[in-house]
Amino acid sequence: MKILVIEDETQLLSNIKASLEKENFLVETATDYHSAIEKVFVYDYDCVLLDIMLPRGSGLDILAQLKKEGKSENVIIISAKDSLDDKLNGLELGADDYLTKPFHLAELNARIKAVLRRKDLNGNNAIELGNTKLDVDNRQFWANNKLIALNRKEFDILNYFMLNKDRLVTKSALAEHVWGDNSDNADNFDFVYYQIKNLRKKLQSANAEIEIQSIYGIGYKLVEI
Amino acid sequence: MKLLNQSLKYLSISILAIVTIWAMVFYFNMLNEIKSSIDEGLENYKRLIIQNAQQDSTLLTKNYFDESFFAIQRINKQKALSIKDKYFDTVLYMQDADDDKPEPEPVRMLVTAFELNDEYYELKVANSMVEEDDLIKELLWDVIWLYIVLILGIVLINNVALKKLWKPFYDFLDQLKKFRLGNSQHLPDANSNIKEFNDLKVAVNTLLEENITAFNRQKQFIGNASHELQTPLAIAINKLELLIENGNLQHEQAENIAEVMEIINRLVRLNKSLLLISKIENKHFLDNRSVSLNEVVQKNIHDLEEMARFKKVEFSVNEKAELSVQMDISLANVLVSNLIRNAVFHNIPNGKVSVEIIADSFRICNTGSSQELDGDLIFTRFYKPNNSKGTGLGLAIVKAISDLYNLKISYSFDKAVHCFQIEFPNT
Repeated sequence: MKILVIEDETQLLSNIKASLEKENFLVETATDYHSAIEKVFVYDYDCVLLDIMLPRGSGLDILAQLKKEGKSENVIIISAKDSLDDKLNGLELGADDYLTKPFHLAELNARIKAVLRRKDLNGNNAIELGNTKLDVDNRQFWANNKLIALNRKEFDILNYFMLNKDRLVTKSALAEHVWGDNSDNADNFDFVYYQIKNLRKKLQSANAEIEIQSIYGIGYKLVEI
Repeated sequence: MKLLNQSLKYLSISILAIVTIWAMVFYFNMLNEIKSSIDEGLENYKRLIIQNAQQDSTLLTKNYFDESFFAIQRINKQKALSIKDKYFDTVLYMQDADDDKPEPEPVRMLVTAFELNDEYYELKVANSMVEEDDLIKELLWDVIWLYIVLILGIVLINNVALKKLWKPFYDFLDQLKKFRLGNSQHLPDANSNIKEFNDLKVAVNTLLEENITAFNRQKQFIGNASHELQTPLAIAINKLELLIENGNLQHEQAENIAEVMEIINRLVRLNKSLLLISKIENKHFLDNRSVSLNEVVQKNIHDLEEMARFKKVEFSVNEKAELSVQMDISLANVLVSNLIRNAVFHNIPNGKVSVEIIADSFRICNTGSSQELDGDLIFTRFYKPNNSKGTGLGLAIVKAISDLYNLKISYSFDKAVHCFQIEFPNT
């Protein structure tokens, strides 16, 4: 899988690159408008991360040109501008998703996976790990060929973990993903902890070959066992 | 007190004083005038009597006042020489048409002496005079009437002329009262060619323009600052996430990093909330369309169901009417969501959250702390009672949205139940 990251902030760029390489993606980078245009039209990428405000040009222009070529469907916009206009323009120009800075690496990872999965969708939008299967379209979870009943939030959390397999998911990334932006309450963390406790119990009693590990009390990691 | 009434007050007091003093001066002047005119008559009368006495000596025997107003008495030479003409006020018993018996009436009297055929006589001539108490009474009534007429005149002039004169001022004041920083498009205008009012308009508008500039600059600053902070915050968070992922950390180091991350996360939330407020105030959300508040409430309650179950809080929704408003859908969602989340998070175990929707308002009540919140402060930025862990901006955002759409928001408290009500005046 080849991913192009177009971002002028080099520190952020190197963070994203490091995170994506952990997923074994091939990562290429561009830091300004012209080099971005060059790369976008010379090579094919499975996913493009695109910052809107670039030196010597706008990311939206790149997107418009990509749309003309019919190559805009795998673009995720990453922008510090959380303005509705930009979001709408970007999505209208065919971008697949819009992510506002600052974001958690786990969130970026999940969004990229979602884009990639939609891209080579073979009729079944499901994630398989060990003896478990998460059916995203029907919101069903199977372990050991048995259907496990999950409530909505448990399903969302498990989905997030499976997209971030072997990666750290911090508590706040999780709370933010499950609750949206305004997760500024301690109760959120308690609730997430409670949901994860229940999830662990369900996974264990179903003999699922995955488990959720705690990392230093900062977050969690889903691993295959 | 209104300016008109105030000026009326001062005018009435000063006119009362002027009229009183004038009445007194007038009274004494008039009395003097009357007396001097009577005195001239008496002098003339004296001369006539003396002339007549020279021809008709019987006059000299008229010792008492009776039908005619004079009396003559013979006196010795010594006494006669000591008498000088003297005018004075005195009383004589007289009876007129409305008297039952003779009554003392004020008269003006002249006492003089004359010599006739080597005999000396004293002559007293009297003339009836105006009664002073009658005069004072008459005058008092006249003065009261004059006063009333003057005051009525002033009230009339005040109401017609002054009101008309001050109209541009009151118009201007009215516009100024309705002026809201950040909301009003036009500066107040005064339609007048009176110099003072125009000066006032210029002075006030200069002040307002400076305020508007400062207000805009401040809004812009908050927006720009929050915006510029996004990228560095993103870098910091992601770096720490990678650091932890790379492992090989002592437990203590990891804990420290976790704390730093939590602080950065707080910064991020704070920054996002500030950005949202700044965007609301800068009217970045103006995709207004018809939004069903009922649906927004139902959706938010649905989202919070599991959390409510976890917190052992029960929802009850009472939809008495369909509440449809013209709003930006995402702002309507933030408005409802912030209130419902607050109601769930600041609740007690086995507590309740009740939502009531009627035709032009909705009301969210929750059981909670037995302490009433400060209704004046809860909507201000960064107000955090009881060390609440939030950003202190949730209700400030609600307020900003309410202000943007001219909604009326109010807080009430009764027996450990906190209620927030939002009224939509334009529905």
